[in-house]
Amino acid sequence: MAEEIRIGVFVCDCGSNIAGYLKVSELAEYAKTLPNVVYVKENLYTCSESGINEIKAAVKEQDLNRVVVASCTPRTHEPLFRETCAEGGLNPYLFEMVNIRDQCSWVHMQEKEEGTAKAKDLIRMGVAKASLLQPQEPIESPMDPRAMVIGGGISGMTSALALANRGYQVTLVEKAAELGGLLLQLDKIGPANADAASVAEKHAQQVQGHPKIKTLTATKIDAINGYIGNFKVTTSTNGVQEEFGVGVIVVATGARVLKPVGLFNYDGEKVITQLELESLFKKGAFNAKNVVMIQCVGARNEERKYCSRICCMVAIKNAIAIKERSPDTGVHILYRDIQAYGTENEELYQYAKQLGVRFLKYDQAKPPKVEEGRVTVYHHLLGRDLELPVDLVVLSTPLIAGEDNETISRLLRVSLDENKFFLEGHVKLKPLDFANDGIYLCGNAHYPATVREAISQALGAASRASIPLSRDVMTVEPIVSTLVDEDACRGCGLCVALCPYGALEIVRTEKGRKVKVIPVACKGCGVCAATCYQHALTINSYTDEQIGQQIEAFLETGTEG
Amino acid sequence: MNNDVLVIGGGIAGIQAALDLAEMGVQVHMVEKLPSIGGKMAQLDKTFPTNDCAI
Repeated sequence: MAEEIRIGVFVCDCGSNIAGYLKVSELAEYAKTLPNVVYVKENLYTCSESGINEIKAAVKEQDLNRVVVASCTPRTHEPLFRETCAEGGLNPYLFEMVNIRDQCSWVHMQEKEEGTAKAKDLIRMGVAKASLLQPQEPIESPMDPRAMVIGGGISGMTSALALANRGYQVTLVEKAAELGGLLLQLDKIGPANADAASVAEKHAQQVQGHPKIKTLTATKIDAINGYIGNFKVTTSTNGVQEEFGVGVIVVATGARVLKPVGLFNYDGEKVITQLELESLFKKGAFNAKNVVMIQCVGARNEERKYCSRICCMVAIKNAIAIKERSPDTGVHILYRDIQAYGTENEELYQYAKQLGVRFLKYDQAKPPKVEEGRVTVYHHLLGRDLELPVDLVVLSTPLIAGEDNETISRLLRVSLDENKFFLEGHVKLKPLDFANDGIYLCGNAHYPATVREAISQALGAASRASIPLSRDVMTVEPIVSTLVDEDACRGCGLCVALCPYGALEIVRTEKGRKVKVIPVACKGCGVCAATCYQHALTINSYTDEQIGQQIEAFLETGTEG
Repeated sequence: MNNDVLVIGGGIAGIQAALDLAEMGVQVHMVEKLPSIGGKMAQLDKTFPTNDCAI
């Protein structure tokens, strides 16, 4: 017996974000005329507590069995409304969201009539789809409570220790022969002037002495298969392969310092990088009467648009180190802008000035010129060139993405940004998670960070990774691919080749080669269903029938045209 | 060992910490001095750099 479809539609003003540009009351009136709609409510903010309570009350009082919210965007608010439906006693997958803000009121701010007409089309389509929605149950899958951390620098070591101290078994993989990463090449760490090598060593000892951490150095990653709760990682150490089963993976692969070959007469002796200056400090080999540091070398330009963020502080730290070692040495820092955020860094900036470090602003269009024994720089206030005597030039170069980032991103099926750093799932909502579940990131792998920031991020990533690790089973959204017509599937494997998440495989069955969905790995992107020429696969809540109904609803012109 | 956690402050940092802890199965008690949680975030319109609605 077919149930009677009773749809409730909630239209949101979003303050003035929607109501300022569309005729929301007219939308609400229009929604009442749509098939199966038995209840309509306009809210100032549907996502507010009163809006949420109105949905819950209406589900009960109006006996609703489908809920449609026309508001902002499912990207941020769909989970909230689904939960609301569940709390109201309705299966959360009998909910449909219509995007009339991001994709309507915000893009049609100058076109109230047309925008309102489009919103009506969108609501009519949403209602049409809602009437065909089916309840779904969450998918559960067992969780392997072990972790892998890729990268043995300060971020990776910190993350591994945090996870191991919570009692999880961790495998730490480092491609170099020893743990420590960039720290091994640094002298002191600002702002407290801790000795970088001893920080690295202390962490390495703790990692190597921890009963829950297995450390693999001189090891690379050959393959990564699986999904949250059930990853299989193949490593090779000196040609010997090993396979590890883990539930989560933390990416802490770090970054490299740009070698400024061809810039400002860089030669590694008289013109060196900040990193090379620090190794002079470490060896006690620093000796210069006049030092000029040049900031933003190879950064904030056409090729590399980003600011590496830490180089100003590194230059200030090293300028202070020079002045404290050798007060008579002249130090000029030629900069474009200074980034010294936070109280300690600003204090160090002021302290450097007190010690006599000279800061001179240069223009990107008229960069300093480095010659034997002198640096010439255009002074924008004096309006003429200044000549600075010099016996050591130090170039502040940015951190650039690790050379293995592309390989690792391909193995993990995660994204890189335009500068080849690893890309987080969401700038604010998931800063330490990837878009793919069960994979986390921290430190320089993501973006240039200070040691302190890298440690904070590493602790945060370990904390995020502990959420699934703390559970026996993983629960994931059931909006996934489903083999609805096994007979139609010819086992061609086209969908397997195209799946970006490794969520499909071909298996041998009594009926021959057939595709098998691994629901917990599926993100519901729909590539497989769109590709399958046999229509054997479909996505729950986005079935051909439901989308067809939406399209038909779009083509029907509404009563008001 | 009492495993509950007290989170002092209900701004974005407190809320995120409380949510992550709760997701790990820990009972969290959040204390906020104002009548509603949300802190500075709740007073902002859009947040940089993605221009998401702050609330």
